[in-house]
Amino acid sequence: MSQAVATHDTHEEHGEHPTCTGIPNKKMFMWAFLASDCMFFGCLIATHMVYRISPPPGSPDLQGILDIEIVSISTFLLLMSSLMMALSVHAIGKNNLKSFRRCILATVGMGMGFLLIQSYEWYHFVHEYDLTLTSSLFGSTFYTLTGTHKIHVIIGIIWLMTYYFYSFSGKMDHKSELDVEVAGLYWHFVDIVWIVIFTVVFLLEFVDM
Amino acid sequence: MPMQNEGSSAKVITEERESKPVGLARAFKRPTATTGLVGWLTTVDHKKIGIMYGVAALFFLIVGGIEALLIRMQLAVPNSELISAQLYNELFTMHGTTMIFLAVMPLGAAFFNYIIPLQIGARDVAFPRLNAFSLWTFLAGGIFINTGWILNMLPAIDKAVPKIGWFGYANLTSAEFSGIGTDFWVFGLQILGIASIVAALNFIVTIINMRAPGMTMMRVPLFSWMVLVTSFLIILAFPAITIALACLMMDRLFGTGFYEPVFGGQPILWQHLFWIFGHPEVYILILPAMGIVSEALPTFSRKPLFGYAIIVFSGVIIGVLGFAVWAHHMFTTGLSTIAKTAFALATMAIAVPTGVKIFNWIGTIWGGQIRFTTPMIFALGFIWMFMIGGFSGIMHAAAPADGQQHDTYFVVAHFHYVLIGGSLFALFTGMYYWIPKVSGKMFSEKLGKWVFWTMFAGFNITFFPQHFLGLGGMPRRTYQYDADMGLNTWNMVSTIGAFILGIGILLFFYHLVMMLRKGAPSGNDPWDGRTLEWSISSPPPEYNFAAVPMVTSRDEYWARKMIPEKKKLIENEKPEKSIHMPSPSWFPMIVSIGILIGAYGMAFLKSGYSFVGLGTLFWPIVGLLIITAGIYGWAFEGPGGYHLHPEEEEGSGGYRKKEPSDKSK
Repeated sequence: MSQAVATHDTHEEHGEHPTCTGIPNKKMFMWAFLASDCMFFGCLIATHMVYRISPPPGSPDLQGILDIEIVSISTFLLLMSSLMMALSVHAIGKNNLKSFRRCILATVGMGMGFLLIQSYEWYHFVHEYDLTLTSSLFGSTFYTLTGTHKIHVIIGIIWLMTYYFYSFSGKMDHKSELDVEVAGLYWHFVDIVWIVIFTVVFLLEFVDM
Repeated sequence: MPMQNEGSSAKVITEERESKPVGLARAFKRPTATTGLVGWLTTVDHKKIGIMYGVAALFFLIVGGIEALLIRMQLAVPNSELISAQLYNELFTMHGTTMIFLAVMPLGAAFFNYIIPLQIGARDVAFPRLNAFSLWTFLAGGIFINTGWILNMLPAIDKAVPKIGWFGYANLTSAEFSGIGTDFWVFGLQILGIASIVAALNFIVTIINMRAPGMTMMRVPLFSWMVLVTSFLIILAFPAITIALACLMMDRLFGTGFYEPVFGGQPILWQHLFWIFGHPEVYILILPAMGIVSEALPTFSRKPLFGYAIIVFSGVIIGVLGFAVWAHHMFTTGLSTIAKTAFALATMAIAVPTGVKIFNWIGTIWGGQIRFTTPMIFALGFIWMFMIGGFSGIMHAAAPADGQQHDTYFVVAHFHYVLIGGSLFALFTGMYYWIPKVSGKMFSEKLGKWVFWTMFAGFNITFFPQHFLGLGGMPRRTYQYDADMGLNTWNMVSTIGAFILGIGILLFFYHLVMMLRKGAPSGNDPWDGRTLEWSISSPPPEYNFAAVPMVTSRDEYWARKMIPEKKKLIENEKPEKSIHMPSPSWFPMIVSIGILIGAYGMAFLKSGYSFVGLGTLFWPIVGLLIITAGIYGWAFEGPGGYHLHPEEEEGSGGYRKKEPSDKSK
């Protein structure tokens, strides 16, 4: 009996306890959380849009400020990190720890690159154009929205780095695939949200309506 | 309150399966106690968590009730100066906030926790530790948001209680017009939002993923179904207020201008964001109530629920439409005609699924063998009172008429009919219906009926006259009214009614205590119930079901009692010899404490008070560190677990067997 108990436990520990839908609990939790997070970003983006559709007097001239080229590079980096994230999930599923670590580091590296470029942009805005959190309503919504997204990226990086270091403890193998996949879902979501932000906050400003 | 009857039918063998604790986890060694204070503080058992939710919610019900009585005392006579205007504003703000977020929602959550796993034939929720986290975070929020009452007593601090209404409209909330009380409100609601969202995520996964074999979605008991819909409403509606509050926090603490006209901000934005949350919120309060009533009515009519499927779909439609009607709270803010028309039509459309439900409840009791027990009369009272609230709701849906009723006592009467006559009566149905299961004790019907009729009379005497007051022109939230406005009589009547209602609630607490002390044993199935929770002992064992039930029909337990072939099916269900239970844990509470500390730090950030590090980023950072450490401890601790062995035979006495420690990872 103790054998049966043991397998039962190992399964439960990795969230593979048989469920009604066949979807592991952790994964369903993350999907539901992401639905919630959609509303979260939805409200923030809507707030930004409301004040862009009817900008208050004194709003900065955005076409002169926003730099699409550099944001495109950071967007590209973040999107490519999703590819590396998918490869990390694949690698841990194959029990290939070496490849898993490399892919996680690449994911995190690109995430850091994104953060660096975005921070440079913030720095640039503050010092070149005097655009701060309180200088105009665009500053308020812009920094709050992109700041919230940055916090999401930072949490993702901390989460992935935890897996990276944990992989040296010898406790990670193909059974950890679900855990990494759940982190991956989060990471992909943060990327997808950025595509929306990039479109709405940056690209739309250059469309003459 | 009822205590879990510890280990009544189980021989417990605890085993530390988890390997060496890592890092911080070593400091908080995994607790093993399932009794005593530590047992309650570290529990992950959904039943204990449900009981604690219930106790806390009833406590806050009393707090909110006292606030309400003070408001009614002030309004009893014209031009009264019984309490100061500032205290009056604080009271109606905290009354609304307390009743919605700290009484009705958590009382619902108490049933979510206790009843859902039992109804769907599960041993616990999907994430037991996360469930404990929701409880402690809710408690942290409740304590936090009420801190102002105590701080106000300190000479150094004033205006520590919010006085901005439960809706906190901009610019009442801007830094110019309100003190630290608003910060307490902002962060308090934020904490409660975290607790609600996490709990809702947990219940979504639990109800969808943890059903007993054979329990298809269309066999799930109605209460569980409505909790599922409610949980989706919570995870989709709360982010709106999270953002609204986050923007408000930015305005108050970091000088942005989201709602500040000086910056070009629009205060109306707050109203939109708030009501995008606020309207689904009222369905968050009423849908579980409808679920509870849909459980009690069939049981006490000895008939299956009439039109199960259509009731389920109606609940889902109410949930979906609930997101499309928020602006009916804003008909007087100068929306365009088209917007008004659209929101008026959508609001009226919600009456359809609601009406469908009411007709189905009537269909359920029609021709049934009705037993007028206390929970049944509360459920019948619910239908009647909720309908009155619904009718006045339809009146508000007509935008032109709403212009007349807006911000008058007519609205106050309306939402108290749906929230007391609706939600609270249904929650009392639930308490009387399930308390024999929770406590194992039976209450006296006679006293129960006294409770109902006192509450019923008090409630109607309080709130029915408020319809007249409102149409007579009495604005809501008014501190005083003049003696020559024709409002005197009904205000006095309303105040008298409020005290009768208060006596009814007190009587309920007396009834509760009497039952717990002297109640006769209730047995497993005192009501001749229909759903799975009645098939197990009262109170249920820690593992709920010794044998996981194989579900073959909608009212499974009823079918088992009535259909001989199904009885045989049960005999084939062998109790498991060893049941895996999740270990208790300190970390959920630690993370909640971190949130509480961080929130205090944030609330004081721009308060101008600077003692013990308040007014700086010190405490927020301490809070963040505790949260982070707690999450890491939680993650590396793992779900853990120990095994329980349900007794095979009554009287096999000293059957105890030590499990070998499982290190085969």
